[in-house]
Amino acid sequence: MIRIHVSPEPIDIAAEMALAEAAAGAGAVATFTGLVRRDPDEAGAVGTLELEHYPGATEAALRRVAEEAIARWSLGGATIVHRVGPMAPGERIVFVAAASAHRAAALEACAYLIDRLKTDAPFWKRETRGDGEGQWVEARDTDAAAAARWEDR
Amino acid sequence: MAIDLLYFAWVRERMGRAQEVVDLPAEVTTVAALVDWLAARDAGSAAALEDRARLRAAVDQSFVGMDASIAGAREIALFPPVTGG
Repeated sequence: MIRIHVSPEPIDIAAEMALAEAAAGAGAVATFTGLVRRDPDEAGAVGTLELEHYPGATEAALRRVAEEAIARWSLGGATIVHRVGPMAPGERIVFVAAASAHRAAALEACAYLIDRLKTDAPFWKRETRGDGEGQWVEARDTDAAAAARWEDR
Repeated sequence: MAIDLLYFAWVRERMGRAQEVVDLPAEVTTVAALVDWLAARDAGSAAALEDRARLRAAVDQSFVGMDASIAGAREIALFPPVTGG
């Protein structure tokens, strides 16, 4: 089972977990949730985050990541839910889940899903500070390195 | 032939539009040549596309390198490195 969902709606963890747990042969579900950081900006004011995506291409890229994880770890299911649009500190940006017969595959596949989606799917983050100044977030080399570590294993 | 161009994030902001349709001359056969052609078109595009090292592209919704062919492409997107998750 593959579940890909990109939407401006808040992410409902309970509903997503229920879907993930219903995957065929699931004896283990590993999940990762990414949140908008609460760290105050330099001015001490909390800003907001806005996520832009490439409709159609984003969903297709996420599906490829999920398909690769399912093939590599023989998963029963893979879930990638990503929020887009404006969101506030503390809100969920992304939720991924890997359902497998046993925990080792579920845990590894979960890490793979989040590492790959960070470099393979077209999303762009824009931070707006308390004073209204917006800035596009720069891509990080550490994300590329995290994704690359799956290539030689 | 007419091709749809899409721009995202700061490329969209700097280009001043999210999309446009262009008629490319026959000699524009790669993504890099397309970027050069756009930059030569007007000063606004030249400024928007100035930082080539931070430009990424997709041809018909697949990520490609700047030397990729655009032969037969219907949709080409230009954008910064991705920052999801």
